[in-house]
Amino acid sequence: MTSLFREVTPGTAEEIPVREITVTVNGQRRSAVVEPRLVLAHLLRQGFKLTGTHTGCDTSNCGACTVLVDGRPVKSCTMFAVQADGHEVMTVEGLAGPSELHPLQEGFKEEHGLQCGFCTPGMMMASKALLDENPSPTEDEIRWALSGNLCRCTGYQNIVKAVMWAAGKLDGETAEVQA
Amino acid sequence: MTAVDEIKIGGMGASRRRVEDNRFIRGKGNYVDDIVLPGMLHMEILRSPLAHARIRSIDASKAWAMPGVRLVLTGETMAARNLAWMPTLSYDTQAVLATDKVRFQGQEVACVIADDPYIAKDACEAIVVDYEPLPVIVNPTQSMADGAPLIRDDKENQPNNVIYDWEVGDKEGTDSAFAQADLVSKIDLHYPRSHPSPIECCGSIADFNRATSKLTVYLTTQAPHIIRAAVALVAELPEQMIRIISPDIGGGFGNKVPVYPGYVASILASILLERPVKWIEDRTGNLISTGFARDIYLHGELALRKDGRILGVRMNTTADHGAFFSDAQPSKFKIGLMHSAFSCYDIPNAHLLARGVYTNKAPGGVAYRCSFRVTEAMFFQERMVQAAADDLGMDQAEFRRINFVRDDDFPHRTPWGFLTDSGQYGKCLDVGLEAVGYQDFLMEKEEAAKRGRLLGIGISTMTEPLGAGNSREYDILGIKMFDSAELKIHMTGKALLRTGAKSQGQGHETTWAQIVAHELGIPAEDVLVEEGDTDTAPFGMGTYASRSTPVAGAAVAMVSRKIRSKARKIAAHLLEISEEDVEWELGRFYVRSQPDRGVTIQECAVAAYSNMPDGMEPGLENVAYYDPPNLTWPFACYIVKVEVDPATGVWDVLRMVAVDDCGVRINPMIVEGQIMGGLTEAYAMANMQFITFDAEGNCIGSNFTDYLLPTAWETPGFELHEVVTPCPHHPIGAKGIGECAAVGGPAAFVNAVMDAVKGSGVRNIDMPVLPDRVYEALQTGQDISGAPPVKM
Repeated sequence: MTSLFREVTPGTAEEIPVREITVTVNGQRRSAVVEPRLVLAHLLRQGFKLTGTHTGCDTSNCGACTVLVDGRPVKSCTMFAVQADGHEVMTVEGLAGPSELHPLQEGFKEEHGLQCGFCTPGMMMASKALLDENPSPTEDEIRWALSGNLCRCTGYQNIVKAVMWAAGKLDGETAEVQA
Repeated sequence: MTAVDEIKIGGMGASRRRVEDNRFIRGKGNYVDDIVLPGMLHMEILRSPLAHARIRSIDASKAWAMPGVRLVLTGETMAARNLAWMPTLSYDTQAVLATDKVRFQGQEVACVIADDPYIAKDACEAIVVDYEPLPVIVNPTQSMADGAPLIRDDKENQPNNVIYDWEVGDKEGTDSAFAQADLVSKIDLHYPRSHPSPIECCGSIADFNRATSKLTVYLTTQAPHIIRAAVALVAELPEQMIRIISPDIGGGFGNKVPVYPGYVASILASILLERPVKWIEDRTGNLISTGFARDIYLHGELALRKDGRILGVRMNTTADHGAFFSDAQPSKFKIGLMHSAFSCYDIPNAHLLARGVYTNKAPGGVAYRCSFRVTEAMFFQERMVQAAADDLGMDQAEFRRINFVRDDDFPHRTPWGFLTDSGQYGKCLDVGLEAVGYQDFLMEKEEAAKRGRLLGIGISTMTEPLGAGNSREYDILGIKMFDSAELKIHMTGKALLRTGAKSQGQGHETTWAQIVAHELGIPAEDVLVEEGDTDTAPFGMGTYASRSTPVAGAAVAMVSRKIRSKARKIAAHLLEISEEDVEWELGRFYVRSQPDRGVTIQECAVAAYSNMPDGMEPGLENVAYYDPPNLTWPFACYIVKVEVDPATGVWDVLRMVAVDDCGVRINPMIVEGQIMGGLTEAYAMANMQFITFDAEGNCIGSNFTDYLLPTAWETPGFELHEVVTPCPHHPIGAKGIGECAAVGGPAAFVNAVMDAVKGSGVRNIDMPVLPDRVYEALQTGQDISGAPPVKM
């Protein structure tokens, strides 16, 4: 149980409407008392201390705050925390397994798909949503799927390669399981 | 014994995977906004909605009364502490919080510090400011007009809106070259205002501890040591009591060089409240108030001989600096290194006249992925060159080749007196032309014409000065532009390296270790690199203007050599021979006459702490401050092929070929990453990034819905090629690279579109070359100017 603690001036607490919500974050059920206007990105960052989700624009353009809600990519700066009540949220912190990295994480490092690292969590989450739906995307499909995420450093070419790399590795893993 | 394999230990030339990625891919970066301190409060800024207005009154009583509000700062609060104004990096002053009037839309008027950012934002909205609107100026023509309203009425001896008139070059010589010309090619250009827009906005956490008198500031800064000095001067605090920590930075591109009002206000708030105060800028605040780039007008002339030789060049520039002259640039120069234009061409006569003016627009003049206005210099140069080739009726590649400085003509004095030292310009051009298939272009153009499409090819070739100083000529506010590295070799042969630079994505933690590996043979993975903490890092001028590798990187090599020199003495002691008989190969000293008898650098490290020669200082640590003898001069050739649809004005990039000669490449993977990033920003500036103003001074482009950055979908693919001409004076032969593509790239894109529309009589379309501008130009046969105000 996590609650968003806020110090208030005595006697003013009742003026702030709050609501209790329960969200499954990276597989863990967590509850919080939030103001209805709190955006999901802030619940994740300030409330749950999951600072891998970044905010870069406030207008749903940059995609640095992209997380998966019930498996679909969502810009968490433009979704209220209360809208996530009862839903499953996955952030960059949930990508890696206990002992190994997700192939996307490996791919981004291997193909130099990041520089300053600020857009990277959102890029990887948007990429995960793509690969979950389309395990072997073309370059155009990757570029289209990531067109809601801005990167100022890389010029995207290596990000595309990173997603390809991950798709290749995931494909190999699937083949192994089937064999 | 064999030498250590340099590539295997992650030395020079290894495309070593990046160390910093390990935390970024896990979401474990440590950016300013990720830091939470006990008792931390949050600050928000109230900004002016008007571009020019007198402040009649500010009523913050409602804000003060809101639960959770701890402090409201206004210009009055700041003025009482002599902090209402602060010095800029160009010897001007800038308002921290407005006192008398606001001078641009988005100017900082008040700050609220509260328990959380939501409350602070609410409270900002509760502040009532009574403004008396004043006439607004959004371009130099208005600014210089007779009777124009005076923007800086706060300054003495400022009778009008002109900031400076500056002149460099030989006027008489240039005049006589023009008198002898067969043809004079003229062009008027505007390099529009642009904004670097790193995805992380600016921010700070100021933490003043009354008990220790220490001020710690976590800051999104590319230059922590300069900020420490600035804070010491502005806030009048003792410098040893100021600690600036620049943690992970989510991109900088020049945007994070200046000191911003938000930083200063958060520091004062922390001092007054004795609690940590965090300020995280929102995107609109970032776009409308922090360091913009460019916004310069050019009238350019080239004196030409019939055979294609350029005899002389005239440049007449007018820069729109906004409301405060806050360019981040070496203090000797008023318009940065604009006079580095035409450095790759052999031109005997040159003259530059530069004027700067105030307008009611945000201040800035930062070098957005650029070494002090060289982006404008190279863009103007290459647009002038293309226009001149067209005027002469000469092939644009051939025209460049005729005028290039020859490979055997180095060192070479550039038209305005810089000294270039190396390059193979013709070879780079050849590689590019070959790659793009220049020979077949005319045929392709004809075929495309049959389909109703206009094909164009654009070339941009340039050498640019990167890596300031030397300190004789380059300083910022008097502080010489050297840089530093400190290397500590631990007893076990592992190492800690710190520099005065600060990575914002360039990968210093990876490449600096590679330089140590190259110099000492210590595996790169054994070298920990730290930057950005002024309490631990040696003094340096920071990372911008592509100066990290040319200056700090050189310091890393030099400090490694100092370490090696001491290790050699230790080796002689261990081998019981005289130092003259000691030979070095990567990672190991050995006896000249008995190569199989030797000691590794790691063994020397152990001995430095356990078995040093008599009389030797123990330990194996050192520091180097590097003052480069000259700038480095990388060369680039960018070639773009576009297809224009005349029915819509839309243009698509068919090919983008980049040939970069940045000397020796430390980590080729990272170098290529830098080039592709720069090319993308070049494309962005040429194609879509549009931040302009209407007649009332409203910023058009104040969010990412209006100020368009290219996504993966629009960004073209890049084909990279390399030529290597080592820098003769750099210890490892490297030249700067971070900015080349953003500097040289824009002209290649614009030249390509202009080449495509060549038959229409259109000579210039200002950037961004938007489809509607192309369409209008094709319809009317007229040039398109991009100067504000725009019609809304």
